[in-house]
Amino acid sequence: MANVAVCVLGSLGYDRAAQGAAGAGRALAESVGGELHALVIGPASDNAVAALAAVADRVVIGANEALGDYQPEQALQAAQQLHAAGGGDYVAVLLSNDTYSQEIAPRLAHRLGGSSMADAAAIRADGDHLLAQRTAYGGKAISIYRLKKQPAVVWLRARGFEPAPEQGAPGDVTTVDLALDPPRIRITGREVAAQEGVRLEDAPVIVSGGRGLGGPEPFQELKKLANAIGAEQGASRAACDAGWVPPNWQVGYLCHQVAPELYIAIAISGASQHLLGMGDSKVVAAINTDADAPIFKHCSFGIVEDYKQVVPLLTEKLQSMAG
Amino acid sequence: MKLLVCLKQILDPDVPARDFQIDPAAKAARRGGANLVTNIFCENAVETALQFREAATAEVKITALCYGESSAEDCLRKAMAMTVDEACLVERDGNTNPDAAAVGRVLAAAIRRLEQDGGPFDAVLVGRESGDWGVGQTGGLLAEELGRPALGFVESLQPGNGGVTLRRQTDVGIEVAEAEPPFLVTITNNEDNVPRIPKTRDVMMSYRKPLQKLSLADLELDSEEIRTGSSIFEVEEIFIPADEVECELAEGDTLEERVDQLAKRIHQVVASIG
Repeated sequence: MANVAVCVLGSLGYDRAAQGAAGAGRALAESVGGELHALVIGPASDNAVAALAAVADRVVIGANEALGDYQPEQALQAAQQLHAAGGGDYVAVLLSNDTYSQEIAPRLAHRLGGSSMADAAAIRADGDHLLAQRTAYGGKAISIYRLKKQPAVVWLRARGFEPAPEQGAPGDVTTVDLALDPPRIRITGREVAAQEGVRLEDAPVIVSGGRGLGGPEPFQELKKLANAIGAEQGASRAACDAGWVPPNWQVGYLCHQVAPELYIAIAISGASQHLLGMGDSKVVAAINTDADAPIFKHCSFGIVEDYKQVVPLLTEKLQSMAG
Repeated sequence: MKLLVCLKQILDPDVPARDFQIDPAAKAARRGGANLVTNIFCENAVETALQFREAATAEVKITALCYGESSAEDCLRKAMAMTVDEACLVERDGNTNPDAAAVGRVLAAAIRRLEQDGGPFDAVLVGRESGDWGVGQTGGLLAEELGRPALGFVESLQPGNGGVTLRRQTDVGIEVAEAEPPFLVTITNNEDNVPRIPKTRDVMMSYRKPLQKLSLADLELDSEEIRTGSSIFEVEEIFIPADEVECELAEGDTLEERVDQLAKRIHQVVASIG
């Protein structure tokens, strides 16, 4: 029998990305008539394990003291051993799109003699192969790849997938002890960026500003709007590169790939890199003076108007509606 | 110390979307009037290596390596004009769109050959992904082919305590790591590794620097086996997405009315989130 594995880092918990990866895994497992297994690298909270057991047929947790602190070589070794501990007969091993999963994925594929693919927005089985859809040429094209070797080790645009449904009965949970070598590259320090509010990736509403704002001050005006609707603030590359806001505000293909329920793009024209970063948003609204700006081809509603005219009035109206 | 930087030649990714076309037979972009350029993250990797050399007290030699068409000689010459010491081109032999596994195998074979002749490379630098397909698998697969530890998304290498200190970007912030050679890194960009513009004198000098050319046969690789036997993925289909979203623009005679409409739509979505 062919099963599907979702491989998660215990330290990240069962976040929205893991939920999406598990959701993609469950849909794939059903299509191939197999089970969904969760392979957990390192210690996870009881809540995370319970949440995984609720959606997976089997949960295998890899235990080793060293795994409390992410080190790429050891996480990779752990994933390889967990793959075997779970039975090894996987058509696909799916991962989320956090930095750590991204760097592990191709190397795990190589160790397992499988195929690797990155940033898949959709996957489906086709006989013994997996088909994975993603963007190419900086968002100008969509490509569908045929992954020819099993297992297909794929990291997903995980937040774009529906969370996995809970099963009738929780899956079996087992813990296996792993043997890990000391790493020859060791992460020795982390400078975690100061973060106000929730991670952009997990924000349900985002208000982003772009080049058309012309400077840092208008972001204060956008902050009032964001506060009125409980939104986090983001920005385009132009606004970050100009130093108007910190670099970790940047929404784009190579930085924050967001998936809010509502994304409001203000004075953002819609460069392809930005469109890729916001591509998983459920609803997009745009405020821009240029009716021909690409953003208007990627939003559900908008207004062709100067933000200076719109934002204060809009904020006021939304404040009174929230009332 | 010795560093090796891998380069990829690609179609200029800055071609405007309106000029971008697909060649359905080749299942790839049509070249059209686009230039061939060095992938930007590969140039960031060259710059990162050069800065390491400038910061090191010991002698550092940098080699650039490319698996590509004969036109890729331009990328290697440019790297040498940026003051890389020497270069090697493995000629692609008609395999126009090799997958990441094939590229990893060829690069690994070339690296082993270069190491036989000139000693081991302490670090191999690979761009995090390319501006054409952007699959971003080559670095990881090459690390495995070589059996060396690796770190992704690195923005700088500095001489460290007996090893090399790496800084890299993650989705939660900056991480610092200590690496024991030999190792591999994939390189991302930041404000400090913007590729330098070669000086005219260095451009001229680049033509005097050694550029070795190797064929797959020189590396004892079978062209057909590389093309099919080690391939892990292929492009099934490629198309230009249609702009299918119909944007509903706020209407009304006055600004007040239009903004009111916008506010109601936004409020509706926000309220539904709960």
